[in-house]
Amino acid sequence: MKTYQEITITPINNVDSRAVKTGAWRTWRPVLIPEKCIHCYKCWKVCPDVAISVESPEEKSLPVWDYDYCKGCGLCAFECPKDAIEMQREVDQ
Amino acid sequence: MRKVVTGNMAAAIGAKLCKPDVISAYPITPQTTIVEYIADFVADGSLKTQYVKVESEHSAMAACISASNLGVRTFTATSSHGLLLMHEMLGWASGARLPVVMVNVNRAIGPPWSVWVDHLDAIMQRDTGWIHIFAENNQEVLDSMIMMYKICEDHDVLLPGMIHEDAFYLSHTSEPVDIPDQSKVDEFLPKYKALVKMDLDNPLGFGSLVMPDNYMEFRYKIALAMDNVREKIIEVDADFKRLFGRSYGGMLDLYRCEDAEYVLLGAGTTASTVREVVDELREQGKKVGLARLRVFRPFPYEEIRKLARSVKAIGVFERAFAFGYMGPFMAEIGGALYNTDIRIPIKDYIIGLGGRDVRTKHIHAIFNDLEKIANSGKLDKELKWFGLNDGNRPEEEM
Repeated sequence: MKTYQEITITPINNVDSRAVKTGAWRTWRPVLIPEKCIHCYKCWKVCPDVAISVESPEEKSLPVWDYDYCKGCGLCAFECPKDAIEMQREVDQ
Repeated sequence: MRKVVTGNMAAAIGAKLCKPDVISAYPITPQTTIVEYIADFVADGSLKTQYVKVESEHSAMAACISASNLGVRTFTATSSHGLLLMHEMLGWASGARLPVVMVNVNRAIGPPWSVWVDHLDAIMQRDTGWIHIFAENNQEVLDSMIMMYKICEDHDVLLPGMIHEDAFYLSHTSEPVDIPDQSKVDEFLPKYKALVKMDLDNPLGFGSLVMPDNYMEFRYKIALAMDNVREKIIEVDADFKRLFGRSYGGMLDLYRCEDAEYVLLGAGTTASTVREVVDELREQGKKVGLARLRVFRPFPYEEIRKLARSVKAIGVFERAFAFGYMGPFMAEIGGALYNTDIRIPIKDYIIGLGGRDVRTKHIHAIFNDLEKIANSGKLDKELKWFGLNDGNRPEEEM
């Protein structure tokens, strides 16, 4: 935590917005149940924060969540046609 | 060189003398002629600036903010509903610590639709982090612009500022105005040097997200900068006097207040009418004075405390009403005096809303009322809508 004397006059960053780990806001964590996943990648498509990545659709790799930026909005779980994504409370982790 | 010009022409000439690199504005009555005069200056080549035409006041302010972020001097002008449309961007300019300067022509908020003077448009921008100066005459409009850039661009300040001029009484009324020499203005107001600015070769993120653990600290820095404005205004006013021979009394412009027993306090052109009446009453031996609230933000609470210690009563005249409470100045003055041992009656007179004429006879009536309060030490009521037609309005209020 910086003092007011240490900070710049107005917020100025020499890094882009990825430096701010917005995943810290998350209350609900999406967790994949791999055996239910049909590799439709709807979750990847709807994620508003581009926090879901798929390494190789051709090889049917599983979607992976970047929890540094996932805010737990739950869109992926809501849209998943197979209910393969479970929203778990962070405190329970 | 002395010229007879309107307040809006004074504002346009002021803009020309201060040489903003970027001007962006959207026309609105009664500010329109400022935009037109500046367009003339750009067209005839006498003002070298990038004049950005936009589709709204919100965009005008956004253009000024962007340009200011690149480290150049910017100017805009607006009025009333245009200022209200800018509101969101006003907070951005101060938070980003950009010394954007603007002239606002005070005009009433509708409905009822009105193009005439009222200060509520300015009051509604009170907490935006802008410096607010209310001009009393056309000369002060021009001079305040030159001073405002100097104050805002100081690295101990770096805040935006607006100069308010009363609709029509200043904007469209011609008065003799001394136009300073360009060389003198250049000497007084050197080129703006930004502390930090956007640089395409060295990209930085501006105004980015700050987590709750640091937001307060950034806000506190704005509060400190605004406090620095107080002494800067007095310093710049003194410097201005040395070079141009004119002074405006810094934060609170006191007129015949030294031995005054009761004074009127308020802003804008009504102050000129009060000045006249103060002179008339002084000739009759009445100890009256005027305290003109020249600077509204930062608020001159220390100056007001000092004044309140030497008088028996203060009457506040204001061309705005803060719905749900009282006049906005009254509320602030009450706040300034509460944590002191000063206990004098203060009465709020709401006058001249939406351009209703305020004449010397009205000011006489207010001073008469205030004299009774000063002599008795008793306040009949805190708030009066002076001249309100309630079916039995007394003659002196008509």
